Amino acid sequence: MDPFPSLRQLTDGLARGEWSSAELTKAAVQRAERLGGPLNCFITLDEEKAMSAAERADRRLGTVCATPLTGVPLAHKDIFCMEGWRTTCASRMLADFVAPYTATAMAQLEDAGAVTLGKLNMDEFAMGSSTETSCFGPTANPWSLEHSPGGSSGGSAACVAAGITVAASGTDTGGSIRQPAGFCGLAGLKPTYGRVSRYGMIAFASSLDQGGVLARSAEDAALVLSYMAGFDPRDSTSSKHRDPWLEAVPHAGVGELEDGHLTIGLVKEFFADPPAGAPLIDAARRSLEELGLRCIELSLPHIAMAMPAYYVIAGAEASTNLARYDGVRFGHRCADPQSLADLYERSRSEGFGAEVKRRILTGTYALSAGYFDAYYVRAQKIRRLVAQDFAGAFAQADLLLAPTAPGVAFRRGQLMDDPIAMYRQDAYTIPVNLAGLPALSLPCGLQDGLPVGFQLIANHFDERRLLQTGAALQRATDWHELRPSLDWAEAA
Amino acid sequence: MSGVPGWEVVIGLEIHVQLATRSKIFSGAANRFGEPPNSLACPVDLGLPGVLPVLNEAPVRMAVKFGLAVGAEICPRSNFDRKNYFYPDLPKGYQISQFEQPVVGAGRLQVRLDNGESLEVGIVRAHLEEDAGKSVHDAYEGETGVDLNRAGTPLLEVVTAPDLRTPEQASAFFRQMHGLVRYLGICDGDLSQGSMRCDVNVSVRPAGQEQLGERAEVKNLNSFRFVEKALHYEIDRQIERRQRGLPVERETRLYDSVQDETRPMRGKEQSDDYRYFPDPDLPPLVIDDAFINAVQDDMPELPWERRRRFLEEYSLGGSAVGSSVELTDRASLTVKELGKADRTINVPGDDRVDKTIAEYDADRLTRDPDIAAYFEAVVAAVRNAKPTVAGGRDQDGREATARQAKLAANWILGELARHLNQEGLGFAECKLPAAALGALIVRMEDQTISGKTAKTLFDALWEGAAAGADGPSAASGLADALKLVDGMIEARGLRQLSDSGELKALVAEVVAAHPQQAEQFRAGRDKVLGFFVGKVMAATGGKANPQQASTLLREALHAPS
Repeated sequence: MDPFPSLRQLTDGLARGEWSSAELTKAAVQRAERLGGPLNCFITLDEEKAMSAAERADRRLGTVCATPLTGVPLAHKDIFCMEGWRTTCASRMLADFVAPYTATAMAQLEDAGAVTLGKLNMDEFAMGSSTETSCFGPTANPWSLEHSPGGSSGGSAACVAAGITVAASGTDTGGSIRQPAGFCGLAGLKPTYGRVSRYGMIAFASSLDQGGVLARSAEDAALVLSYMAGFDPRDSTSSKHRDPWLEAVPHAGVGELEDGHLTIGLVKEFFADPPAGAPLIDAARRSLEELGLRCIELSLPHIAMAMPAYYVIAGAEASTNLARYDGVRFGHRCADPQSLADLYERSRSEGFGAEVKRRILTGTYALSAGYFDAYYVRAQKIRRLVAQDFAGAFAQADLLLAPTAPGVAFRRGQLMDDPIAMYRQDAYTIPVNLAGLPALSLPCGLQDGLPVGFQLIANHFDERRLLQTGAALQRATDWHELRPSLDWAEAA
Repeated sequence: MSGVPGWEVVIGLEIHVQLATRSKIFSGAANRFGEPPNSLACPVDLGLPGVLPVLNEAPVRMAVKFGLAVGAEICPRSNFDRKNYFYPDLPKGYQISQFEQPVVGAGRLQVRLDNGESLEVGIVRAHLEEDAGKSVHDAYEGETGVDLNRAGTPLLEVVTAPDLRTPEQASAFFRQMHGLVRYLGICDGDLSQGSMRCDVNVSVRPAGQEQLGERAEVKNLNSFRFVEKALHYEIDRQIERRQRGLPVERETRLYDSVQDETRPMRGKEQSDDYRYFPDPDLPPLVIDDAFINAVQDDMPELPWERRRRFLEEYSLGGSAVGSSVELTDRASLTVKELGKADRTINVPGDDRVDKTIAEYDADRLTRDPDIAAYFEAVVAAVRNAKPTVAGGRDQDGREATARQAKLAANWILGELARHLNQEGLGFAECKLPAAALGALIVRMEDQTISGKTAKTLFDALWEGAAAGADGPSAASGLADALKLVDGMIEARGLRQLSDSGELKALVAEVVAAHPQQAEQFRAGRDKVLGFFVGKVMAATGGKANPQQASTLLREALHAPS
């Protein structure tokens, strides 16, 4: 078997009895054990749980209850609560927290028969762009162990890029799915805000967080999304929007591009300062034109303000979302507290890492009396302007094309002492979160042996055009077939 | 009126009403009291990582119901905000509340004061929020426990304008609110369990000064009496400080009912910067006209509507009560009249009032929906007795109704209330069926028993009801009740001496035994008649009809001896 199969190949083989879920799962566990050490992509790998789920899936295969995900091993960002699983958010604060309930999106995947292999490394509380703020240590990029896989869903990206699973879940608050997908040569899908339930997904910034998927192709990402998505009565911000196309993806696939001559808008501001890999992105644009899509240039005039606004809003929301980690009911508690204030101060000082503290302090400051209007209220105004910019753009174009990140994967440790440079990693991805839009990062070749990604951005709930376009491009090109050599694994 | 001359007191209240919903406000966990600690806290109430709030409809419906009752605007689009502070019983580190845009806007509530006066108090707003859990200090030696059963209980926080001027007005308002929420069925009103809690904001200023003085807030008062006592203490404290030239600190205080004093509150986060901001987990609460209309259609009779109905239905004529009926009609009040809010209406003084439902009785009968229901059940029982007793539309009928209603009111607000109070019971827990009290009134009306023996009979009924079993507690229908009451009258020999022959003989004896007093009466000292009536009543053990006795006494005394 190809060590990098597609999800469809796995499904078809399971259906035909070419392999069992137990065999696939066992192989995935072994691969995770072999590659996971150098990569450090798993926080928790649970063979016992995985094998018992695989055996259940094998009994289900061949019955009418089987789905294309039944028996397929997946792994999940350790931000999703799963009953009985340690769910840490890569934080010392939750290092021993075993979730007593399951996130809706995860429950839907497990209900479809997907096998959970383990929980993946990430930046602490998803705050970071390099998977280096994890209390479990940094994750490495399978293309080059010296490089970062991006973040915060770096564990997910490394896991899929190394061929341990065909897909993995991630979350994207400011680019945390797309940038790691770009760094690792994967398809990374950040759905429309409200498409995937946030219930059970540990909150970073509630108005920006969105669960999604990293896979090797747009087609596979769509299939996983079709099981993660859907209205959830437990999440007031989840959408009741029904999407017959997405519901049909499990049996029909994403399908051909339904409306032939789409217009793609190239965001002028994003190419003003040419990102690394600009020629590769341009090649992707040309391939899209060859598919019949028309490219125009357009402007998002307020885009430069998006990043500061994002860090105010995300920090503000995070500062109160993380207030519940107080050492009282669950999570890290300091030893021998002397008073209530001491309990709070030491538990939180010990439990949170530096980047999380920085964001909590920034956010607390932005919400404080006397600063609220200057920061939070202004940031919300900018957010509306950015959303209006996008609305204007979608009046002219069906999809937007932008780089995913300013460059290819950076060296590990390179940006750790420069938070602003780290924040700039998300310059192209953040505006999409502010506007709640869906976006898909796709690979478009290698530069210096490292993948380059670009993203397509669609209007709200237009994942169909996004994924059909991505899939059409991937049928016409083979960038997504590029594999890391993993020569470091042979050496080990 | 209490207070120190030369000082004006300004009071505003914040009343937290626990809404009697089946579920909590943002989760599906049950909203109940008295369960084992933390047994009613689901992941959402515990604030576990990843959980999200979802607003239930029931608290919204109740908030709208309250808003409509106080004539307030219902906000078509309100928001939920996070109020951030750390406290062990606050699981998320923030409370979800409504800060910028509450669901209920400005309204007003007419308060009936104990002295019969009426006062209109402005409602500034009412908003929905979640309650916190409870810290348990006495369960573990040297440690504090946290019970999160209460966390997420829906609260409606009602904020008044600073329209109150005395502790008595403040407690009357609290009482009026207590009645209203129970009429509306949105709160069980159980003060002892914290179902309603009152924060008072109070300041003093030299009389005539426009600018308000610095205010202090006294938090968490859970009885009408404590509201009054805490305010008395706090007002005295503030005036005393001001008189000594000391400032009043803007602070939050707690009332210690044992020491009867207020003290600065300690323990909570020092700063009061709650860093309010819109909760990103909850979209705006949108309320359309259809929803409001549905709530309106479901509106029960309100306390002041019932009060007016009682005055109309159970009173003689309208003149004695007309003026105040107009004022209590919420619809007839305009905003312009707010300034005249403290104008007073006197209790009608003519003697007809004694025989009818006076305003004072109407206030007390309708303050508590259970009392009102009990009263109507008693009156209905009496009406059902027989046509000759029952009231009706004609003048005689109306007078009978009024007379019976007054009797019922006197019994309920007098003897029955006294007995219930003694046992610490509410009217909802009253074991004496309304029909039994109705039967007693029927037998008073038809002269079977006198007022005095009726009291004996009442005590017997009360004791029997308390004993339960086949006694009065089982007599739910009037026929059963009459049978029971008649049996008790016979068994205890309580029947009034209506046989004029027997009474005549007794009267003659009494007159003969007191020749001196008889002489005084004949000499024109009419008051002496009372002495003879007393003697006759004593001789019959209270069974004589005093009216009949005095008639017979007059005859006997004027007759040549």
